[in-house]
Amino acid sequence: MALPRIKFLTQLLAVTLAAACIGALAHASPEQDRATFIALYHDKFPAAALEDYVNGALMLSADARAQFDSIMEFPPFQGDIDQGRTLWETPFRNGKTFASCYANGGRNIAGNYPYYDSGNDRVVTFEMDINRCLRDNGEAQYKFSDKATMGILTAYARTLSDGMRVDVRVAGTGAIAKYEQGKKLYFTRIGQYNFACASCHMVNAGKILRTEILSPTVGQTTHWPVFRGGDNLNTLHMRYRRCMEQMRASPFPAGSEELNNLEYFQSYLSNGLPMRASVYRK
Amino acid sequence: MHPGPSLGLFIFAAAMANCLPVLAEPDRVPKGARLAQDVAKGNCLACHAMPTDAKAVTSANIGPPLISIRARFPEREQLRRQLWDAGLTNPDTVMPPFGKHQILTTEEIDLIVDYLYTL
Ligand code: HEC
Ligand code: HEC
Repeated sequence: MALPRIKFLTQLLAVTLAAACIGALAHASPEQDRATFIALYHDKFPAAALEDYVNGALMLSADARAQFDSIMEFPPFQGDIDQGRTLWETPFRNGKTFASCYANGGRNIAGNYPYYDSGNDRVVTFEMDINRCLRDNGEAQYKFSDKATMGILTAYARTLSDGMRVDVRVAGTGAIAKYEQGKKLYFTRIGQYNFACASCHMVNAGKILRTEILSPTVGQTTHWPVFRGGDNLNTLHMRYRRCMEQMRASPFPAGSEELNNLEYFQSYLSNGLPMRASVYRK
Repeated sequence: MHPGPSLGLFIFAAAMANCLPVLAEPDRVPKGARLAQDVAKGNCLACHAMPTDAKAVTSANIGPPLISIRARFPEREQLRRQLWDAGLTNPDTVMPPFGKHQILTTEEIDLIVDYLYTL
């Protein structure tokens, strides 16, 4: 891995936000970071409403957005969501179901993930709590990258939080340390191509990489898994891994601490935005 | 005899060969074009348009369109340096350091440079 480029960030901010008199993100609180990102994107896309950021690159192309809307009327992946629902509702051997593991039967909870678990000093993702539920009920746990179990189950379970506003908390030194680790990865240049996540999704958001409009980071975590091409389920960590491959870096495993912390940082930036699972992507 | 004209011609020819290797090895330009456009090599079209090359199809707008290269890079060395490590000129650039990170060899960079001078 290349050296951390906190300086890169400071310079970037100096250039992009010179007028705004905002301090370096390197020493900013999560809430200051969120404000800085939103201000930067607002400069780039003055016409876009903040809620529209959940649509990622689609918010910048009326054509792609119209195609998305028409596909979402009868999602080709509805069968997968239905199967996920069956999995969610099928009782464990002890007679309980997934709903028993969650407040509110699992409704309006996904927007609080990931969260910091101080007892174990780690970030807990939605997927990790699914596995905890399985374990607590004496069932075998799912693999993070198994589309047929974890994939479809989360594709359904997250729909129970549709419309919920993202509300990720980062408070206390332990939580902030994990958030900072995620943030550091986001700004670190890695791989043979020497890109950071910020190179594409912050500095060049809205620009076109060959044929792809680059989505802004704010809003990126609100709608997972996605179904690429209509039927190919992709979790958020699969997408992270794919981007890291594009950077010619060796991707961290799905469910690794590195990706969990990255997801924690990214999710915080989407606070206040409405959840929507699952969606079509090109 | 006065050596003037032939020496002048020699110097002229040498100068031409130096700034237009194209003339010396005619297949360098198509080779450079292929390397520049190959997704696994230069992949320049991910970020740059090349509006004067009809074969270069892209919607990219991350870097500036690659045109009038001779006017923008009168010094060949300066252009090679941009490809070798764009960070030397701009530490915050997103353009990959093709030579420094061994994405392209020195010879491949030279072939691409020959091609770029035709744009
Ligand atoms: C070389 C450019 C590049 C880099 C670097 C890059 N990405 Fe991406 N990323 C893309 C492209 C292209 C897409 C697909 C278009 C889009 O939605 O932005 C994408 C999509 C995504 C998406 C899905 C957005 C959605 O709503 O479907 C996420 C999340 C994401 N990237 C996160 C990251 C993270 C985190 C990193 C760093 C580890 C990263 N990317 C690095 C190019 C890049
Ligand atoms: C990931 C994006 C990216 C890729 C891939 C890329 N470039 Fe660039 N390039 C840029 C950006 C951005 C600039 C603007 C200068 C800067 O960032 O300092 C640039 C600048 C340049 C310039 C200087 C133009 C000028 O007038 O100043 C040249 C020449 C150039 N690139 C050639 C290439 C070639 C040839 C390739 C492929 C071998 C390539 N680039 C690949 C992003 C890229």
